[in-house]
Amino acid sequence: MLTRGFFGRKRETPSRLLPPGQYLETGFPVLSAGPTPRVDLKLWNFRIENSGQQLASWSWQELMDLPQTEITVDLHCVTKWSKLDTAWKGVTVETLFEAGGVDPVDDYVMAYCDGGYTTNLPVEDLLDGKAMIAHGYDGAPLPPEHGGPARLLVPHLYLWKSAKWVRGLRFMQDDAPGFWEAYGYHMYGDPWKEQRYTWD
Amino acid sequence: MATGHFAAGRWQLAAVSKVVDETYRAKTFTLELSEWRPFLAGQHFDVRLTAPDGYQAQRSYSIASAPGRTGAIDLTVELIPDGEVSPFFHEVVRTGDKLEVRGPIGGPFTWKSSMGGPLLLIAGGSGIVPIMSMIRHRSAVAPDLPAVLLYSARSLDDVIYLSELREMAGRDPHMSLCLALTRSQPVGWNGYDRRVDGDMLNEVANTLPGIGRTYICGPTQFVESVSNALVDGGQDPEFIRTERFGPSG
Repeated sequence: MLTRGFFGRKRETPSRLLPPGQYLETGFPVLSAGPTPRVDLKLWNFRIENSGQQLASWSWQELMDLPQTEITVDLHCVTKWSKLDTAWKGVTVETLFEAGGVDPVDDYVMAYCDGGYTTNLPVEDLLDGKAMIAHGYDGAPLPPEHGGPARLLVPHLYLWKSAKWVRGLRFMQDDAPGFWEAYGYHMYGDPWKEQRYTWD
Repeated sequence: MATGHFAAGRWQLAAVSKVVDETYRAKTFTLELSEWRPFLAGQHFDVRLTAPDGYQAQRSYSIASAPGRTGAIDLTVELIPDGEVSPFFHEVVRTGDKLEVRGPIGGPFTWKSSMGGPLLLIAGGSGIVPIMSMIRHRSAVAPDLPAVLLYSARSLDDVIYLSELREMAGRDPHMSLCLALTRSQPVGWNGYDRRVDGDMLNEVANTLPGIGRTYICGPTQFVESVSNALVDGGQDPEFIRTERFGPSG
């Protein structure tokens, strides 16, 4: 429906198309449901689990010693902002699986985090360099409010899938909702299909 | 994990039935909903505007009214001068207009009386809006529940819902109001005249018989510093809920 009197502001032409319903943001907004967790890197590790069993685990130093990847990607947050050309450094999930000898046993994972956050993802969306455990942003360590020391980065999905303060991946036979998904956010969250909420 | 209170909603047309100037840069819009659904204090609605060339802009705005009011909701919109949607609300929207909205949306930053208290409520700027819904709800359904609101604003002219908050705190023995005016204060001001800090949080929290739940809403840096100070002070992060207002014009 046409909105009376709305023309939109003179649109700065983004250097590329944005997903539907998104607007260009130049800052880096922060959204999280609770306080930013305190993390001691000496105690930090990253685990891959299946049915309560640990398949692989890395300390902070061990993660740093793995091959590092740098990528520049666009971010799309379900709260409507998009941010272009963000530069990240980290270890791709593909690299982790190879290094840890992890064979994906199921089609889905639940990413889990310090602070209790979780989000569900299909395994295939994490492979082929499509996702990483990111610890660097814009040439510096990832700040805590943006998910440091490390967050999952899955840039082709809405940003809530890029779990902040990530500590591990747990294989799941069947897809099950994580934190926001249980509140009615979309199970998959493709910004180009505008999959914001369950009924989209 | 499933909460069941996310009552969904498709895009629907809402009629603007009332527009109130709250401050020089905040207005409240009453929207009559054809498909009203129960909501929780703290939730928000999405608004979608469509231009003649098909361009659409969406934003989320918190519900200010209490869940007990059926059929309509109030959204309070702060003017972001270089924004796109808030200037439209402030300069164009008038009674009788129809707007596309959907909701209610939002999960963890919500309160209902069965969650109990006491409530430590901390707002920065327009972060008061979802907290106001909680305050109004508490006043209606759980007036015996101890609550304190610490509200930080630049000046008294920036305080949204000032007269209602003062009136409520004046007649309600279980609710108190603490204002922190960070830039300018009226002559004879006896409230706080600085940004929220750990000492202030302690003083405010100590007016409560313990802290059941804490809700913090405001700009990112405000929420970050307040929640960090509370965790430093020994509060269990489990019972602290935050909502950060990113720039959303």
